[in-house]
Amino acid sequence: MAREIATEMKGMDGPLLPILHAFVQRFGHITSDAIILIADVLNLTRADVQGVVSFYHDFRTTPAGRYVVKLCRAEACQSMGSEELASNLEQALGIKFGETTSDGRVTLEAVYCLGNCALSPAVLVNNQLRGRADETKILDMVASGLVGAGQP
Amino acid sequence: MTVRIFVPSDAAALSMGADDVAHAVQCEIADRKLDATLIRNGSRGMMWMEPLLEVETPSGRVGYGPVQAADVKAIFEAGLGNAHSLNVGLVEEIPFFKNQQRLTFARCGITDPLSFDDYEAHDGLKGMRKALNMTPDAIVAEVTESGLRGRGGAGFPTGIKWRTVLKTDAPQKYIVCNADEGDSGTFTDRMIMEGDPFALIEGMVIAGLAVGATKGFIYIRSEYPHAWAQMNNAIELARTKGVLGLSILGSGRVFDIETRLGAGAYICGEETSLLESLEGKRGQIRPKPPLPAIKGLFGKPTVVNNLISLASVPIILDKGGAFYKDFGMGRSRGTIPLQLAGNIKRGGVVERAFGLTLRELIEDFGGGTHSGRPIRAVQVGGPLGAYWPDHLLDTPLDYETFTEKGGMLGHGGAIIFDDSVDLAKQARFAFEFCAIESCGKCTPCRIGSTRGAETIDKVIAGDNVVENLDLVRDLCETLRDGSLCALGGLIPTPVMSAMEHFPEDFDQESQGSGVK
Repeated sequence: MAREIATEMKGMDGPLLPILHAFVQRFGHITSDAIILIADVLNLTRADVQGVVSFYHDFRTTPAGRYVVKLCRAEACQSMGSEELASNLEQALGIKFGETTSDGRVTLEAVYCLGNCALSPAVLVNNQLRGRADETKILDMVASGLVGAGQP
Repeated sequence: MTVRIFVPSDAAALSMGADDVAHAVQCEIADRKLDATLIRNGSRGMMWMEPLLEVETPSGRVGYGPVQAADVKAIFEAGLGNAHSLNVGLVEEIPFFKNQQRLTFARCGITDPLSFDDYEAHDGLKGMRKALNMTPDAIVAEVTESGLRGRGGAGFPTGIKWRTVLKTDAPQKYIVCNADEGDSGTFTDRMIMEGDPFALIEGMVIAGLAVGATKGFIYIRSEYPHAWAQMNNAIELARTKGVLGLSILGSGRVFDIETRLGAGAYICGEETSLLESLEGKRGQIRPKPPLPAIKGLFGKPTVVNNLISLASVPIILDKGGAFYKDFGMGRSRGTIPLQLAGNIKRGGVVERAFGLTLRELIEDFGGGTHSGRPIRAVQVGGPLGAYWPDHLLDTPLDYETFTEKGGMLGHGGAIIFDDSVDLAKQARFAFEFCAIESCGKCTPCRIGSTRGAETIDKVIAGDNVVENLDLVRDLCETLRDGSLCALGGLIPTPVMSAMEHFPEDFDQESQGSGVK
């Protein structure tokens, strides 16, 4: 399956990032086996692929929680209290940014701008965008099961 | 006659519940067996009113906003277009909208973004049809004449960039659209992709015709899942319509576009880093020269333009460079879609000719802060832009004037902060952001950003404040002069401007405490 994805996409111009995105979408994260496989298909060194994986925030190497909460921590959201919201969320979920709750439900991540800067604070939960976000709205989103999973 | 009802599918509108509103509208139409149709338009850019529901009436489009799904039934009960507490009247008479000069955003929020009929009914494809009958030289001359400069922030004349690519001989050339809109406080790229994607496609085709490129790439940041989906749909439709492909509108001319998804790296908004990323590498800066116009994507001559620059090209070709050039001031010609962001009462997009003052933007259009407290600082131009106090707000929005005053117009986003802001914390964040997002290629940016954050921490803790502030200044000079690209080179701007204009936030003891 993994090899098929990589082989099918190898003819693209600049195939590595699209393949890595496809792997994250399909398998949830990039394993060390995947790095070896992709390097083999694209005729790159393992270091080449590893270097790209480690450079970009999106290419996670460990599984994420069922809900990935990406809270914007950039300036526009800061002006509307996102830093206080950030620490409240850490407290409510019992994790720091970059971590996943022990039950595997929620991963909390910082993101720098979601392009919703006139309706700050902004948050993206499994690709569902919310404006004027607060702790209650976000915790409801990860509790309700109303938000579907999936990456772009 | 079928009544047209509009509920935006713009991500900002969705973030406030537009999909639920749209669903409620569908239910009302079905329940009442109305002869009505729902259109998912882009956003008009009046974000505080989103979701903005619009109904077409004989006198114009009447708006309701901000609407929640629960309000929809009552709106239909009252009769579409009739009095209701959320009725904001004729949308195009709302001063925020009426007082704009929309060229690039002429269709956004008005048309169905995925309807070519609607697009053509609102002047779409006119610029491209003209370009198909022009020589490459003539197209480049028209764009040069317009005075259009790169809207991504650098403000480099688009016509000159195009001419360089046109004059460079190569078997393959590329058009690359930079849609990696990573600066906080900016969202116009996203809005065009979601609200008028054909304008970008048309602009890229014209760029291809102008320089002899047959292939384009749009690099879209992964933080924009809605724009990504919409842009891919629009490209598919454009291929079906023959606007893209092996014979554009039957002309025999070739141009096609592919999208590429970014992966969460701010630095990939820098053009050489973006090219590396497109090639499947780490998004590290390439030293210039060679310029991308000569040796760009896969080593081929490449036009790398910001999305707004490209989306402004169709109207320039349609109405002529002279028409566009008529707007603006000094060397900043045409219009710029500005963005009101952060702690602002009426946030959104304001497209105006260059020359509007920052105060007019914030007070007349924006209506002051969202919190109702006094404005203390405004950051224009994203994370690399200056923090300005009140006395600089009368500066006209123009590339040169901003630079003269130590600021940067950038992508035209203004973030408003009320008096609860602590500028020492903002300066610290600038360094921290630079440390997180540095590509690591050059030492000043990679190391200096972390050392800067540590030093400001000492200042905040009251540890040798005067000496440490001197150290920050010294470090900023090194970053400014020694970095390879704009990230390290410009991160001193927010830091130094915060220190210059808000010294009381850095040296609380000598200035007397209780400022915050």
